[in-house]
Amino acid sequence: MPLLAVVLAGLAACTGPFPQSTLSPKGDFAQTVDHVFMLTVYLAVGVFILVEGVLLWTIFKFRGKPGDAEPKQIHGSTVVEVIWTIIPAVVLAIVAVPTVQAIFKTAEVPTVSADGKAPLKIEVIGHQWWWEFRYPELGITTANEIHVPLNRTIDLRMKSIDVIHSFWIPQFAGKRDVFPNRETRIWFTPNTTGAFPGACAEFCGEEHGRMDFYLMVDSPDDFASWTTRRQADSTLDNFGFAKPAVVAVPVVPAIPAKAPAAALVADTVAIDPKVAEGQKLVMAKGCIGCHSFNAMHPTKGVIGPNLSGIGTRKMIAGGWLEGSDENLKRWLQHTQEVKPGVGMKIGPVTDAEAAAIIAYLRTKR
Amino acid sequence: MATSALEYGHATAAKRSVLVEWLTTVDHKKIGIMYGASAFIFFLIGGLEALVIRTQLMRPDNHLVTPDFYNQLFTMHGTTMIFLAVMPISAMFFNFFVPLLIGARDVAFPRLNAMSLWIFILGGLFLNFSFLLGAAPNGGWFGYAPLSSRMYAPGHNMDFWVIGLQILGVASLAAGVNFFTTILNMRARGMTLMRMPIFVWAVLVTQVLVLLSFPVITVALIYLMLDRTFGTSFFNLTANGDPMLWQHLFWVFGHPEVYILILPAFGIVSEILPVFARKPLFGYSAMVFSMAFIAFLGFGVWSHHMFATGMGPLADSFFSLATMLIAIPTGVKIFNWIGTLWGGSLQFKTPLYFALGFIAMFIMGGLSGVIHAVAPADLQQTDSYFVVAHFHYVLFGGSIFSLTAGAYYWWPKMFGKLLDEGLGKAHFWVMLAGFNLTFFPMHFVGLLGMPRRIYSYPAGLGFDTLNLLSTVGAFLLGSSFLIFSYNIIKTWRSGAQAPADPWNGATLEWSIPSPPQEWNFAVEPIVTEKDPLWGLKRAAGVKVLPEPPRVSGEGIHLPAPSWWPLIVSVGFLTFLVGIMVKHASAFPFGPISIAGFAITLYGIYKWAYEPVDGHAPTT
Amino acid sequence: MTTAALDLHAHDAGAHHTSMPVPSRKLAMWVFIASECMFFATLISTFVIYRDSHAKGPGPKDVFGVPLVTAGTAVLLFSSFFVVMALNGAQQGDRKKLLRWLSLTVLCGVFFVGMQVYEFTHFVTEKHLGYTTNLFASSFYTLTGFHGTHVAVGTLWLATLLKDAWKGRIPPAKALNLEIAALYWHFVDVVWIIIFPVVYLMSLGR
Repeated sequence: MPLLAVVLAGLAACTGPFPQSTLSPKGDFAQTVDHVFMLTVYLAVGVFILVEGVLLWTIFKFRGKPGDAEPKQIHGSTVVEVIWTIIPAVVLAIVAVPTVQAIFKTAEVPTVSADGKAPLKIEVIGHQWWWEFRYPELGITTANEIHVPLNRTIDLRMKSIDVIHSFWIPQFAGKRDVFPNRETRIWFTPNTTGAFPGACAEFCGEEHGRMDFYLMVDSPDDFASWTTRRQADSTLDNFGFAKPAVVAVPVVPAIPAKAPAAALVADTVAIDPKVAEGQKLVMAKGCIGCHSFNAMHPTKGVIGPNLSGIGTRKMIAGGWLEGSDENLKRWLQHTQEVKPGVGMKIGPVTDAEAAAIIAYLRTKR
Repeated sequence: MATSALEYGHATAAKRSVLVEWLTTVDHKKIGIMYGASAFIFFLIGGLEALVIRTQLMRPDNHLVTPDFYNQLFTMHGTTMIFLAVMPISAMFFNFFVPLLIGARDVAFPRLNAMSLWIFILGGLFLNFSFLLGAAPNGGWFGYAPLSSRMYAPGHNMDFWVIGLQILGVASLAAGVNFFTTILNMRARGMTLMRMPIFVWAVLVTQVLVLLSFPVITVALIYLMLDRTFGTSFFNLTANGDPMLWQHLFWVFGHPEVYILILPAFGIVSEILPVFARKPLFGYSAMVFSMAFIAFLGFGVWSHHMFATGMGPLADSFFSLATMLIAIPTGVKIFNWIGTLWGGSLQFKTPLYFALGFIAMFIMGGLSGVIHAVAPADLQQTDSYFVVAHFHYVLFGGSIFSLTAGAYYWWPKMFGKLLDEGLGKAHFWVMLAGFNLTFFPMHFVGLLGMPRRIYSYPAGLGFDTLNLLSTVGAFLLGSSFLIFSYNIIKTWRSGAQAPADPWNGATLEWSIPSPPQEWNFAVEPIVTEKDPLWGLKRAAGVKVLPEPPRVSGEGIHLPAPSWWPLIVSVGFLTFLVGIMVKHASAFPFGPISIAGFAITLYGIYKWAYEPVDGHAPTT
Repeated sequence: MTTAALDLHAHDAGAHHTSMPVPSRKLAMWVFIASECMFFATLISTFVIYRDSHAKGPGPKDVFGVPLVTAGTAVLLFSSFFVVMALNGAQQGDRKKLLRWLSLTVLCGVFFVGMQVYEFTHFVTEKHLGYTTNLFASSFYTLTGFHGTHVAVGTLWLATLLKDAWKGRIPPAKALNLEIAALYWHFVDVVWIIIFPVVYLMSLGR
């Protein structure tokens, strides 16, 4: 690790940080992998230096000079050949034992988390080219951004609805392919809070390069708050409208146009005319044909990514663009240029319309 | 370049035009040259594709090419470099040198050999023709179903790939039968198996791999073609088709294919090192058995390409350990190469430079391969740029360095001219620097989490600088082949005439004139030991044998030229293209297919009854 | 070292010496057969994987009828014997024997191909098992279809040799031409000996 870090620092000093690095594990799975990887790397680097050194020395030492006599004609030596068959075998045995241990250790999902609770089950569904996440125990559906609590083992069960994808969050676990008709699993226990990028690692078609996502490791309190907000979405119908049965409207402060999303709450719909306009446009433009704002068991709007909490998501467009107003506007107006081939087809959107839609989306937090 | 060979062609077949001469030739040397020339052109095309890829990845969020075109580029880059560059450049050496090294006048089946060549060239043109339609294959060189199925890959892109690979597979299989038979049966008197030049052993083992692995991919491609064209469901999910079936079939072929690409390189380097160290190959039998062992293990490790599919701990452990085992015979080879150099008197000519470069780079690729064998570590590295770095160290640092070494080594024998040494060394140093600048940073960008096959990457992940370095390196690497091309042109125009034996060679090809006469050996040689030419020189007490005279070939019977290999190849291509362009109809084959099939059948029939011994050269 | 390692002045011993005690064409046929083994192994494995995939449409038990296929198997087995007799005739220069047994072999080939055409037609029209009905059907037709194509090619090959034999062009010195075709024919036969139990009998016994 330190060795690689030094080389890395030298090579890429000006480009850090490395949020997608495999070399800074932040969970048990990735740490297990990292240990056996680093062991192998140290051995490999040692062998590399040794063998290349001998090679270079041989080249230098036995360089021919004019007038050299014919060198001694040696055809081989059984003794040295046996020796240099055995030495690599021994080195490999040193690698093989921890390899098999690590294979078995990573194959089993722990039954109890570090925080003493049962592992949190999350269903991962790969789509061309975005990720859907479902929390069966919490009833939540979301897209392109997974929230998990610190120190809880996460038990991911994965499927694809189309082609083969591969789920990869380098700082937490290795890749696991996601198949259309076969469930695969991977797990990890995060030990650091923060936002960590992940990506699809199996070539899956035109936009494979832009099928990213973020893992949000929250403190238990933040996770509980996020869960509560998602579950509150059940007060919305599939289209994001407040269900008639819900009457209690919390009082909220007025919203400045560029307010940070955290200052907003869902029910401001009723207050800001721009937001109301945005909501109408979301209907009129047909967004709700594919998207739902309801995280709780949506039955309609399930073709595209679920937009529950879209107003506070770090990234949009398949984990590809920062979720700024500017990017949202660009996405709404130039979808096929930002991500050619993506399934989202939306008619022309004027600047005013985009602003209204964004104002509405910002209320989804 | 080929001047002398061409002049010679005129002399032997005065009545035939040069074009007809080359189209109908069954001479393994002409076929070898055509393999080399066409493969080098395909190699340059594949290189250009790589340069566009690298330019696109030069900076984050770049928009030089569309995502779909990027996908076409990397699919065609991989497919081209494997099937249209490294394999046929190796085939050039098989063709030209296997008969010379074993003291034969031609291969066992000269017309079949010509057919392999034509099918390969037609298949390569067919694959690249797709670019003109804007529909080059875009599903990756591994064509994973269901992404390659009609549902997710409408359009003809993947049809070109499926059909093109089937065409190329037939060329390889025919060549496999031919060279296996040639090596076992056409050796000079006294050349027992364990006296064969090590390159011939490498070819023999390679052909075993071709013969046993290509049928598997052929069947997989047939299934995919049937799915795409006839509506079957071998890989169709809605009908319970299993996408894992494709992966298993593909890699049962795909891993032996890796050794098909590297074993000839091992063989070439094993020929060059002794000549330029002036001492025999260290541990000849160990070298032979390690190649055989690598090939054997090569059939038992395919699933190490599939660790991320979650096969379960037992399968992962098995394939991890089996893969590690391959490091043992590979290590033996590297140590034996160093043992060959040890105590020698190294003659620093260009071929030795490239051969040493091969060893140095291949060690790197081999060691990163061991890291991949560790299944849990591979979960992090597979499908990342680390893997891209690894296999380029094996296939470029290994195969291409060695094939280039072979080109400099055997060029004088092929064309009678010595390539320029100064330009050759410049080529080497630029290539070595460019290669490492391109691919060494990829190890790190991969470990930093950059997946493969992505057409762009966002800023802020720390990929920028390393990618820029790789791009600069790629252009340096590309320019090294400009030096090589210039060297070829310069040599062609004004290169020094090569003697029969410019390097003090150990093997039979150096005993005959450069370039060889059509019948190779005026008199069939008799061999009594390994390195027969060294033995002869030692027995005669000379350092260089007298220049062999160019003699009359009177009385030597050579196989007659034939049109049928070309006709059969065209018929076969037509048959498969017909399947591709067939539109939905009740009958599974359209008129084009039927015509192609008829041409093929008729061609084989006429071929079978064509007299073979009608050609006695007169010089 | 007294003898030269390489004698460049030896006399050309002439005609086609081979390093192994087997003619090159025969060796090549063996090599080709080895390669073909992998081809059929892949096809048979796929069938075994997919034979139970017939949620839609008929399955093995609904379509396979043993008597006809057994007849085809027997015919193919006999034809292997016939071609051996024909080869024996060719090697002895016994033209009548060659012609008699070789025509019988060709007839067997024609019968087998005819049997398969009938079987396929029967499956498609009577049993409604189309090529794309289900995966069992696709893998069955692809496997047996490729085998049938091999039989057809072999039959054509033997038929051209029959024509040669008729014109007296297969003297004992050229018996190798027939021997190689016979080798191929035996291989095609052996593949069927595997297909018959694995595809028909084992699918029925499940």
